[in-house]
Amino acid sequence: MATITFEVNGEREEVAFAPHKTLLEVLREDLGLTGTKHGCELGECGTCTVLLDGTPVLSCLVLGLACAGHGVRTVEGMARGGKLHPLQETFADLGAAQCGYCTPAFLLAAEALLAANPRPTREEIKDALAGNLCRCTGYIKIYEAIELAAERMQHA
Amino acid sequence: MHRVIGKALRKVDAVAKVTGATRFADDLTFPRMLYCKLLRSTQPHARIVSVDASAAAKLDGVQAVLTGRDLPIPFGILPVSQDEHALCVERVRFIGDPVAAVAATSEETATAALDLIKVQYEPLKSFASAEEAVEHPEPRIHDYGDSGNLHKLIDLEFGDADEGIAEGDLVREDLFFFEGSTHLPMEQHAALAQWSPLPDGKLTLWTSTQTPHYVHRALAKVLELPAARIRVIATPNGGGFGGKSDPFSHELVVAKFAMMTGRPVKITLTREEVFYCHRGRHPTLMWVRTGVKRDGAITGMHFKSLLDGGAYGSYGVASTYYTGALQTVTYHVPRYHFQGARAFTNKAPCGPKRGHGTPQPRFALEVHIDKIAEELHLDPAELRLKTLVPANSLTANYLRVGSMGLGQCITKVVEGSGWKKKFRKLPRGRGVGLACSSYISGAGLPIYWNNMPHSGVQLKCDRGGGVTVFCGSTEIGQGSDSILAYIVAEVLGVDPFDIAVVTGDTDLTPVDLGSYSSRVTLMSGNAALQAAERARQILALHAAQQLEIPAERLTFADGRVFDGKNPKHGMSFAEAVQRAEAAEGTIGTVGSYTPPQSAGKYRGAGVGPSPAYSYSACVAEVDVDPETGIVRVPTIWIAHDVGRSINSASVIGQVEGSIYMGLGEALMEEMAYRGDLKVVHKIPSLLEYKSPTTLEMCDVVTYLIEDPDPNGPFGAKEVGQGPLLPVMPAVANAVYDAVGVRVDEVPITPEKVFKALRRKEKGEPARYGPDHFPDIAWPEPTRVPTPWEGGDGKAVSPASV
Repeated sequence: MATITFEVNGEREEVAFAPHKTLLEVLREDLGLTGTKHGCELGECGTCTVLLDGTPVLSCLVLGLACAGHGVRTVEGMARGGKLHPLQETFADLGAAQCGYCTPAFLLAAEALLAANPRPTREEIKDALAGNLCRCTGYIKIYEAIELAAERMQHA
Repeated sequence: MHRVIGKALRKVDAVAKVTGATRFADDLTFPRMLYCKLLRSTQPHARIVSVDASAAAKLDGVQAVLTGRDLPIPFGILPVSQDEHALCVERVRFIGDPVAAVAATSEETATAALDLIKVQYEPLKSFASAEEAVEHPEPRIHDYGDSGNLHKLIDLEFGDADEGIAEGDLVREDLFFFEGSTHLPMEQHAALAQWSPLPDGKLTLWTSTQTPHYVHRALAKVLELPAARIRVIATPNGGGFGGKSDPFSHELVVAKFAMMTGRPVKITLTREEVFYCHRGRHPTLMWVRTGVKRDGAITGMHFKSLLDGGAYGSYGVASTYYTGALQTVTYHVPRYHFQGARAFTNKAPCGPKRGHGTPQPRFALEVHIDKIAEELHLDPAELRLKTLVPANSLTANYLRVGSMGLGQCITKVVEGSGWKKKFRKLPRGRGVGLACSSYISGAGLPIYWNNMPHSGVQLKCDRGGGVTVFCGSTEIGQGSDSILAYIVAEVLGVDPFDIAVVTGDTDLTPVDLGSYSSRVTLMSGNAALQAAERARQILALHAAQQLEIPAERLTFADGRVFDGKNPKHGMSFAEAVQRAEAAEGTIGTVGSYTPPQSAGKYRGAGVGPSPAYSYSACVAEVDVDPETGIVRVPTIWIAHDVGRSINSASVIGQVEGSIYMGLGEALMEEMAYRGDLKVVHKIPSLLEYKSPTTLEMCDVVTYLIEDPDPNGPFGAKEVGQGPLLPVMPAVANAVYDAVGVRVDEVPITPEKVFKALRRKEKGEPARYGPDHFPDIAWPEPTRVPTPWEGGDGKAVSPASV
């Protein structure tokens, strides 16, 4: 067993796990944070995207051990004080989540995009999300939700 | 004036989905839970000589092992194709067929144990394509079926089609091939079983299924348990698209393990295994001959299809019928002959994928019509508009068409896309194509014969003003839970978010047959509507007494029940419930829905009838690079006749999702097989199975046509599947407009376009596609006189039908 200390959604966590475990497995199995999903566990679909120190990573390709001392953000950390994040609000309002399985990954990828580029163009949104697959929506409602959230966050 | 219906409201589960709170099957864990893994066949077709799992059973941490003999009772989704076993008994039929299973204290141990299982195979000749299966009746992949390796043979003739075709001024014949593709839901299938020991003897299975009712039946059969001691809970599906509509081997296996060990047992399939479960689009070869008058009016049509079914029956008999059923509901076909065959092959089993058996013939028909229009020097939009099936009519094969908005759909996309300025007028390399389609709003008949309702709803009014709706329907992302809430909210005048929805649980909810055949909005919606209207009647009776006005004057809206002529005179909805409850006891109602009787009475008439048909028209614009054959699709315009939107945002979401999936099938998606025998899946992964990313997805311009259908709740028809169908032929027709070559096959890959372009340069036919339909020993046709020949829907020959 390996033990690491890292920050998850702004809170310090100390967790012990088998050293071969991926960040995805540590989050889901050892911390019970099942909001992070998996579609392949081979780095192909983007469904397990989380933010590592603010950067989107595929948690199925990151070893848990490598996160010692770093900060991880998952979908569970997005809503604060019982209030949805603007991206969560617009995803819910516009129907950007159908089955909802890829949604946590898209939300985090979008959050990272807006942090770096608060008013992205449609093309910049497409580029930022090109590594995330969604089989339900055709992506269009996702673009629209990100654009609306960007607008609201600027005026907030 | 509707307060809820038609509005772009948030879905009832939207917040759970954006916060990660939704619990999918693999998100569930229990203390002492075991992990299950399946050993899958490495052989495409072989006799199992022996399976030795003794070493695996001895591995530390392994709690139980299973082989085929432990679960000998066969199952299958259709009563006529009970040809699957939880684990193969004597024979394996494709690479990936499950042979043995292990339950262990960790996933790693279970995986390690699989390596210790020794299976001895005696290889048999394998078949990689439907053509091979037609050619070789032996060895048979299954010892049942209509002939040799042909699972199903269908021959239906409605009027004398040959005579009809001969009356045409033009007779055209074409061949098409539609490659198989798979659903690729982002969520891998998962199931978790729990057993409460005797004397309880109760099994609970949580599973990502679209059809908990059929899983319930399969568990009862295979495990020999009373259905009353089995509870199936359909977890929200992380995408289905038809891929989670069969009862699956892994569901039966974890249930058996739970019974053996007394511990909860879970399985989550790997992505590779999801490709083996498949049940996706059948690869289909098609031949069509049509006679048309100079104005485009069809005089007769003969359509043949040959489906590659893969290793098992699944929904295949229905899929085969579907390749011939809906040709008649868009353009008037006065005489029609359909011949369909489904072959068994040694590949992952095919089944229902979005559009179920109809995208293939729709592709063929819409490209065929595009070619006919060109030969007749007619605009393909004009030709279609002139030959539309009228609303409220009966087709040659006895499908009852109700509302029919295809004309409006065509007009919308023609205007919106600037069709008239673009068709045959764009510079080389750019083109537009048009295609149309139709789809059922639920199958008119259930999968197993019975005369019970297809959907049931129970409704409970709480004295606090809340309402709970119980329905067996299954939320797969399409919004079926929300539909129930919206409809009940509309009728009872309450906020949809004051309604609790309980679905997909065989202990708690009345049967709904499942999320397939685009049936849920129409059928569970009608059941919910009936239950809500009954509740409203009870509440109205007591509210009217209290308010001393006739019940007919009451309005239910904004959480109140009041006098429509004097809105201040009223009470809260909660008070109305309290008064009714005081007078009558607990307030609960039920509603149910059974589709109308179908008009056809011949054998085979069960596939095709529906309470209502949706219609779509689509224009695709393409950019084709003549040097590389690469096709890009910048924009698709689509108009969809949905009857009435229950939630306009959800309807548009379904349309856009359908366009996306259709674009994938048009350009890149294929279940390709490789190796010397062509039976090894070509890298079963999300990377190698190409599907559109944000970079390939086109812009979509959607028009909703709302012409309420009398059979739909508030007039609603389907939207989840129909809009996918016209995309592939519209793209194919647009490629022709752009570079003058016909790719009569999907996917339309750069390689195919390139080859067709080179052929064109050499002066050969500018086409890529099949050139031969094999000879098949068709049965004697079932002859059914058409309605306009005085037919009554019954066959006149042969005598046995």
